[in-house]
Amino acid sequence: MASWGEASESRLIGKRVTRLSGKDKVTGKAKYTFDINRPGMLYGRVLRSEVPHATVKGIDTRAAEALPGVKAVIPLIEIGKKLRYQGQEIAAVAAETDDIAKDALRLIQVDMEELPFVVTESDAMAEGAPQIREDWNGNQSNPNIREEGTLEAGFKEAAVEVEATYHTPVQTHVCLETHGHVAEWQDEQNLTVWASTQAVFGTRNDLAQHFELPANQVRVITEHMGGGFGSKFGPGMEGHAAAELSRITGTAVKLMLTRKDEHLVAGNRPSMTQHVRAGATSDGRLIAYDMRGHGTGGISSGAGFQAPYVYHVPNFRTEKVNVAVNAGNQRAMRAPGHPQGAFAMDCLMDELAEKLGMNPLEFRRINDTSEVRQAQYTLGAQEIGWHRRNSMPGSGTSVKKRGMGLGSGRWGGGGGRGTEARVTINADGTVEAVTGTQDLGTGIRTAIAIIVAEEFGLAPTDITVKVGDSAPGLPSGGSGGSQTTASVAPVIKTAAAAAKQKLFERIAPLLAAPVEELRVGTGTIYVVSDRTKTITWAQATGQLGMESISEGGQWDEELRQGGVAGTQFAEVEVDTETGTIKVLKIVAIHDCGLAINRLTTESQINGGVIMGLGQALLEERFMDAQTGRMMNANLEDYKVPGTFEIPEIKSIVFDTHRKVTGIGEPPCIPTLGAIANAVYNAIGVRIRELPLTPDKVLSALAEKKA
Amino acid sequence: MEKFSYVNATNLEQVTSLLNDSGWGEVMVIAGGTDLLGELKEYVETPKTLVNLKTLPGMDSIAADATGLKIGALTTVADIAMHPTIQRHYTVLAQAAASVATPQIRNVGTLGGNLCQRPRCWYYRDETVDCLKKGGEICYAVEGLNKYHAILGGDPVYIVHPSDIAPALIALGATIKIAGPEGEKTMAVEEFFTLPATNPFRENVLEPNEIVVEVQVPQPKPNTKSLYLKAREKGAPDFALASVAGVFEMSGSTCNTASIVLGGVAPAPWRSKEAEAALTGKMISEAVSKQAGADAVKDAQPLNDNEYKVVLTQNLISRAAMMAAHA
Repeated sequence: MASWGEASESRLIGKRVTRLSGKDKVTGKAKYTFDINRPGMLYGRVLRSEVPHATVKGIDTRAAEALPGVKAVIPLIEIGKKLRYQGQEIAAVAAETDDIAKDALRLIQVDMEELPFVVTESDAMAEGAPQIREDWNGNQSNPNIREEGTLEAGFKEAAVEVEATYHTPVQTHVCLETHGHVAEWQDEQNLTVWASTQAVFGTRNDLAQHFELPANQVRVITEHMGGGFGSKFGPGMEGHAAAELSRITGTAVKLMLTRKDEHLVAGNRPSMTQHVRAGATSDGRLIAYDMRGHGTGGISSGAGFQAPYVYHVPNFRTEKVNVAVNAGNQRAMRAPGHPQGAFAMDCLMDELAEKLGMNPLEFRRINDTSEVRQAQYTLGAQEIGWHRRNSMPGSGTSVKKRGMGLGSGRWGGGGGRGTEARVTINADGTVEAVTGTQDLGTGIRTAIAIIVAEEFGLAPTDITVKVGDSAPGLPSGGSGGSQTTASVAPVIKTAAAAAKQKLFERIAPLLAAPVEELRVGTGTIYVVSDRTKTITWAQATGQLGMESISEGGQWDEELRQGGVAGTQFAEVEVDTETGTIKVLKIVAIHDCGLAINRLTTESQINGGVIMGLGQALLEERFMDAQTGRMMNANLEDYKVPGTFEIPEIKSIVFDTHRKVTGIGEPPCIPTLGAIANAVYNAIGVRIRELPLTPDKVLSALAEKKA
Repeated sequence: MEKFSYVNATNLEQVTSLLNDSGWGEVMVIAGGTDLLGELKEYVETPKTLVNLKTLPGMDSIAADATGLKIGALTTVADIAMHPTIQRHYTVLAQAAASVATPQIRNVGTLGGNLCQRPRCWYYRDETVDCLKKGGEICYAVEGLNKYHAILGGDPVYIVHPSDIAPALIALGATIKIAGPEGEKTMAVEEFFTLPATNPFRENVLEPNEIVVEVQVPQPKPNTKSLYLKAREKGAPDFALASVAGVFEMSGSTCNTASIVLGGVAPAPWRSKEAEAALTGKMISEAVSKQAGADAVKDAQPLNDNEYKVVLTQNLISRAAMMAAHA
């Protein structure tokens, strides 16, 4: 049975290894899609709707086409169709410079009939609201209802009840590198696209289908990419437009979204509002949970969230609806549905615990069936110093008040089939590992090098890893669901093992030993029963003459496992005069089975915590009901965490089993509830709506006083 | 942005004559450009000509002597923030300058630009929104999203003045030198800024053919404590939700005179005579400082989403007074 071996036997796996591409990234040598420039390349831009709802009556592109330097203008919507949100695509241009392209957009005349719109959920749900989806009544989907146990019996057993409404607003992905592509046709049948994507092969297949090309005649390259978070699984309309403009002009076209486009149309995390009534027994068992909730994913559906979450509740009923508004569509965003659900659930848990007069940590212990999280609770409480916690929320007379809170989360991340990989040993001793996955930023390139280097007794820097290119014809899935490492690692491991086996077979005669007796050392191969028989890696590969060894790998269930648990503890300081919240420390404890690279795993936890912190304290899409527009489609008023917001983050990779599990999404989940509960613990007044900005803190404190 | 021609300025006469008779927006001046470029890129302004002031000689330095400071309009925000004399004797000014934006912006943004910057209001900055400030019918903030808008002096345009440096200069009793076709004139910085009731389209008294050339700050009296407090949602870069520039001349913990000027709460830097009166001649206690805060906002008229600014402003004023007396 395949295994990763014991920790004591690992030289590299599970250790802290510097990211292979790190130096290239910080020196600017690494080329992202934005950095790709091709000979004679044109610049593409997209004309987008400035109104939230309208019927297109006509598009006149003549003036744009006549502008010197404009090479092509294409419509992206048919006459008679409806524009249903600000930012929706109308037309695209390709021009010699980006400035000309931008000027050309302003010369396109769009004749449209504006229609009534709704951009806020309350407006959409109001009686008499304009109906913006023909397939829904009252701008709402049919409710999705789930029931387990008997709610009424549960509430009868309850000693305490809490009834509350929790809300999280729409959050956008804010990928540092916006969505975009550089498209170039070699001839009428061969297309190469540099894409900022988290799915190289998915993007290839989409483009092939769109342009009716054989899949192997489209090449997609993503050597480095600046963030996707679930929003970059395909070329999208902008990718199709880039390739079409390139096809028409016979020239490479670069089309990257602007920051404003990115906020408007490149996806978002749906909002969540839930009205909950929940009860617990006098001995601290969560016993009944009744929830009605809604959220908006823009004009589309998909505004789901987890409720109840993590903690066991035997009797529940949940009812969820999607609300349509005239705004850009949601897309998967790091742990879709989880952070919102976790925020509401963890606040609710604290509110119930308080009514029971119970320590919220103890209340969680009673209701959490995960053994891993139980152990994490113990460790986290030690690390944050839970005993120092304010036992009377809001007590004390000082202006700056401190508090602690915790939150929990879960995820899958077990990986899956669908990755092909090849590991090649050349006669000169060089080693290549190739697969069609992409480095979303998680460090898969380095993880692959570690696995191969471990197998061969080499250093990770000795391994040339090629990912992010469809040309070698070794497919791999999209980087979503925290699946990449768990999907790729087993295939790389088995490929490397097969290549090693082949090498051993070639050199066994030289060492005059049976293949089973051969082992790798550090840059050496030796005979286990007689270590005087040792040769260097170079001597060994030198035996290959003009040949190389090249082996594929295979999926192996035994090398991966799904299901992770995490918990985070936060300590905050609230300035009760300014309403400013400073997060002092986050202890983030997450298990992911075998962490191939402990350093990048910690980095992923840090990143998740920062993203969760942004959602807890800062991020919110503002839609103006008067104009139907997003008022903060920039990075000035859409605020993401900066240097001053980053607390001490203690990221703890919690070792459980030695099978690979993903960690990309889980670390952004528990942060929201942990911070919200810490704020309550500090000031003694509950804020049930994110983000926790000074206006909300000051208003809550004023209400408490009154 | 639209195309424009670009002229490097060689002297003030040339600048004012280029600006002369063109009205607003045709010919515009640029120094650091940290505000103007945003407006150009968003098509909020579409000038035909930009006059680069950075090539004007002798306007980018700070002169300090026993009578006070002379700061050229082209002096960078960073130079003001890091000037040792300003840090020591004009603390409120150094602190205000240091709170501006980011190091990159402070390194290119200028004093003149900081004082003349346009509002950050998201309706104003949106090309497609024809708001009152841009000649339209209504101020969209009144019925709209007004979390960041004015609680004082708003009618009929509820923008807030974004400058951190202006409140500090007013609190220090600074004067401003303006060059125009008729030569130079000097006025109190306090008189420089105007409210929308006077002119809904502009934030100061400058005519289209005038520019700011220098600011003079009198040396504060001995025993003066000054400080700048700025509340914001994000550490940096972020504009003030509310800010207080406070200059206090003290005898022990008794306040002889106080200058209190607010930022982020009104369409112009807002001098609070009420807060000053509540502090002047008083031994600064918690009660006195709180009273000063309360007096400052007694006429505040918050909109739907910005009531928090009332208590925030109040708290910042009392904190500033307590820090001046007891820190």
